[in-house]
Amino acid sequence: MWTIAGEGIHPIHEKGLTSSLSVGDLKLPNKVVIPLSQHIGAPSEPLVRIGDSVRKYQKIGEAKGFVSAPVHASISGKVIAIGKFPHPSGNQSNSIVIESDGKDEPVEGLTEHPDYLKLDPKELKDIIVNAGIVGMGGATFPTHVKLNPPKEKKIDTVLLNGAECEPYLTADDRLMVEMSREVVEGMKILMHIMGVQEGHIGIEDDKPAAIEAMRKAASGTGIRISVLEKKYPQGAEKQLIKSILGREVPSGGLPMDIGVVVQNVGTAVAVYHAVRYGIPLIERIVTVTGQGIQRPGNLRVRIGTLLDHVITECGGLAGEPGKILFGGPMMGIAQHTLHVPVLKGTSGILVIPKEDVLLKDFTACIRCGRCVQACPIRLLPNMYSVFAEAGKPKDAEKYYILDCIECGCCTYVCPSRRPIVHQIRYIKAEMRKAKNKVA
Amino acid sequence: MAEQIVAEKEEKRGRLEEPTPKLILTSSPHVLGEDSIERIMWSVVLALLPASLAGLYFFGWSALQVIVVCMASTLGAEALFQKISGNRVAIKDGSAAVTGLLLALTLPPGSPWWLSVIGGFFAIMICKQLYGGLGYNPFNPAIMARVFLLIAFPLQMTRWPVPHPLFSGMDAKTGATPLGDLQVARLTGKGIGDAARLNLWDAFIGNIGGSIGEVSAIALLIGAAYLIYKQYITWHIPLSMIGTVMAFGGIFWMMNPDKYANPLFHLLTGGLILGAFFMATDMVTCPVTLKGQLIFGAGCGLITVIIRMWGGYPEGVSFAIVLMNIATPLIDIYTRPVRYGAKRAEGTS
Repeated sequence: MWTIAGEGIHPIHEKGLTSSLSVGDLKLPNKVVIPLSQHIGAPSEPLVRIGDSVRKYQKIGEAKGFVSAPVHASISGKVIAIGKFPHPSGNQSNSIVIESDGKDEPVEGLTEHPDYLKLDPKELKDIIVNAGIVGMGGATFPTHVKLNPPKEKKIDTVLLNGAECEPYLTADDRLMVEMSREVVEGMKILMHIMGVQEGHIGIEDDKPAAIEAMRKAASGTGIRISVLEKKYPQGAEKQLIKSILGREVPSGGLPMDIGVVVQNVGTAVAVYHAVRYGIPLIERIVTVTGQGIQRPGNLRVRIGTLLDHVITECGGLAGEPGKILFGGPMMGIAQHTLHVPVLKGTSGILVIPKEDVLLKDFTACIRCGRCVQACPIRLLPNMYSVFAEAGKPKDAEKYYILDCIECGCCTYVCPSRRPIVHQIRYIKAEMRKAKNKVA
Repeated sequence: MAEQIVAEKEEKRGRLEEPTPKLILTSSPHVLGEDSIERIMWSVVLALLPASLAGLYFFGWSALQVIVVCMASTLGAEALFQKISGNRVAIKDGSAAVTGLLLALTLPPGSPWWLSVIGGFFAIMICKQLYGGLGYNPFNPAIMARVFLLIAFPLQMTRWPVPHPLFSGMDAKTGATPLGDLQVARLTGKGIGDAARLNLWDAFIGNIGGSIGEVSAIALLIGAAYLIYKQYITWHIPLSMIGTVMAFGGIFWMMNPDKYANPLFHLLTGGLILGAFFMATDMVTCPVTLKGQLIFGAGCGLITVIIRMWGGYPEGVSFAIVLMNIATPLIDIYTRPVRYGAKRAEGTS
C-alpha cells in the first residue's frame, strides 16, 4: 500500500450515496452556457456570432496562445447570446449561449483513428489540443501543455490520478469501473506521446471495484495499478507523486521538473475519445450528491448545462439548501446562483442542507499544532492564521505561504474553528495586490 | 471581436437571471472535524477524575475542599475578568475548569482556603487573562500559580498530611513526602539509604505523602491513557520527559546508589507523572511540532532531575515546565518542519 507519510487527514466519507450507482445520461438541456474560460490560461476567442446555427462537437471558441484551450458546442442549436454570464468561480465570464434545436445533431466528418498507437506523438498532441481537453480532476490545466515539456525536462513516468480523495465524489470511481478499457487505452496514448515505459494508475483503497476493474483492464500492458491508502489529500498532484514514486516536486516547480506527467483518469478517457473517434470534450461525468438533493447520482452531463437543470433532473432540492458546491466539500466552490454552468473541470455538485451548515464564530488559536501535523506540505498554517488576523500578510511570506495548496486539512482539524484556508487566501490576495502596485 | 462581446453583453444582460434560493457562501473547506476546544478541555477534566478521586480517597475531605475552592476561584476569576473587560464570558469552554483542577491537584491536601483562592485568581488574572486570554498565555497558568504560591507561602505549601484513607478513622497527621525525606538526607550529608527505600506498591496506588493529585500513579496513568486514546495529547512530551528523568537519574544512581535515588523512585514520587502527562502537554504553552515537543519534554525532564538531585527544592517539575515554557517560541523556530519539495528547490535555484 502506498501513502503520504504522516500528514493528511481522514475526513468524512459519504461516498456511499452514489458509489454503487451506474453512470446515467442527464436529460439534454434546452440551453447551454459555455464559458470561453474553462481552463487555467487565456480565455478562448469566440468563432461564432449571435444567430449562427451550430452542431454538436463544432468548435465555437479558439484557443488563444499556447496555455489555452478551445471550446466546442455541446448541443446543436442556435447561438442566442454571447456575453458575460455567471461562472462557477464566482465571477462573470464571457460565454456563448446556445439554445437547443432538440436534434442533438453532430458535425459530420469526425476523423477516426482505429490505429491510434501508430500515430506520431506530434499528430496526437494536435488532436488533443483541438479537442479542447483540459485536466478534468478540477485544476483544468490544458492537457497539451503538460504533454509538451521543454526539451531539457526528461519525462520518465506518466501517472493517472484515480485517487478521488474528496469526500462524496464518485465520478472517477464509476468511470474506472465502467470505462476501464478506455482509461487504459487513453493511458497508452499518453505514454506513447511521452515516450515512456513506466505508467501507474493510483487508486485509493476505498474503491475495490475500480481497483479490480482497472487491474483486469491493465493486465499485460505493463501499466501498474497502485493502491493508495484512503487519506485526504492523497489525490493532490504533489501527494500522489510522493506516494507512488517517492519523489517531491520542488517548491514552486512542476511535476515535469522531476520527470513526471500526471493526468486525471477522466482526462485519459477524453484523450482516448478524441484520438480514436475524433470527439472533442463536450461532456463529463458529474457526481450530483449530498443530503440536500432528492436523487443523487453519477451523471453524464453536457458542458454548459446549467445547475438548475441538473438539480431539476435529479428530482429537485430536498428541503432548504444551505450551500451548493461545485466540487467536493474540502475544496469545492460555493455557488451563489443556480445559473452557473457545468464546466470541463466540474467533478461534482454537492448540495448541503441548511441545517448541516455550521456557521460558528472562531476563537483564539490555542497552538494545539493539529494543523501543523495535518499539513501535507508541512507548513505552519497556525502562523498564517495569526498573521492574517493581525493584519500582517507580509510576515506570512517568510513562512512560504505560496507553497500552500489550500487543501483544507488545517481548517478541518482546527478545534478553534479558525477559517485558516480563508485567511490564507486573504493573505495571498494581499500579496498579489502589493505586487501589482510595485509593477 | 472584443467589441462584439461588449455590445452583445449589453443587449443580453440579465436575460438568464431568475430568482435563486438564498445560498450560503464561504471559503472551502465546507466540512469540519468534530473536535472543539470545549470537548478537549472537558475531556482533560474527565481524564483528571481518577487522580482526583484517588486524592479524595487518600486525603479525604481536606482534598475535596481544596479542589472545590480552586475550581470555584478559577471559574469565578475568569467570568469576572471577561465581564469587566467586556468580553464574552466563556467559562463553558472548560479551560478555566482545567486550570482550577490542575492547580488543586498540585496543592497539599488540607491547605487553607485562602491559598486556593489566591492561587486561582493569580492563575487566571495574572497568568492568563492579562496576556489576552486562552491561547495567548506563555506559561501554563496552573503551574505558574503553583510556583508563585510555593515562593510566596513556603510554609503552607510544604505541610504534607500523611495519607489517612476515607473512613479509616485515622487522624490527619503531617509528615513528609518521599522527595522531602530524600532532600533532608542529602542535605544532612548522610547516605540516602532509608529515604530512597520506597514501598513501590504504595507509591503506585498513591498511599504516600504529596500533593492531592500527584500521589497515585495508576490513577494518573488511566486518565493519561484516555487522553492519548482520544488523541488530545501525543506520547511525545510525556515519553521524552519521563525518559530523560529516568535515564539521567539512572546514570547517577548506577554511579553512586548511596547518594542518588533509583529511577523508579524518581518516576513514582513527586509530580513527574502529573506534570508530564497533564501539564507539560498543555497545548497553548508547548511547541507545535512533534520534534519540538520531544525537545521540550527532554528539557523538562533534565531540569526536573537536576533540581531534584542538586537543587534547593526537593521537587522540580513545576520549575522545569515553567522554564521550558519560556523556551517554547525558540524551540518552535528551530524545529520548523522542512516543507514539501524544499531541499531540491533550494539546491537548484
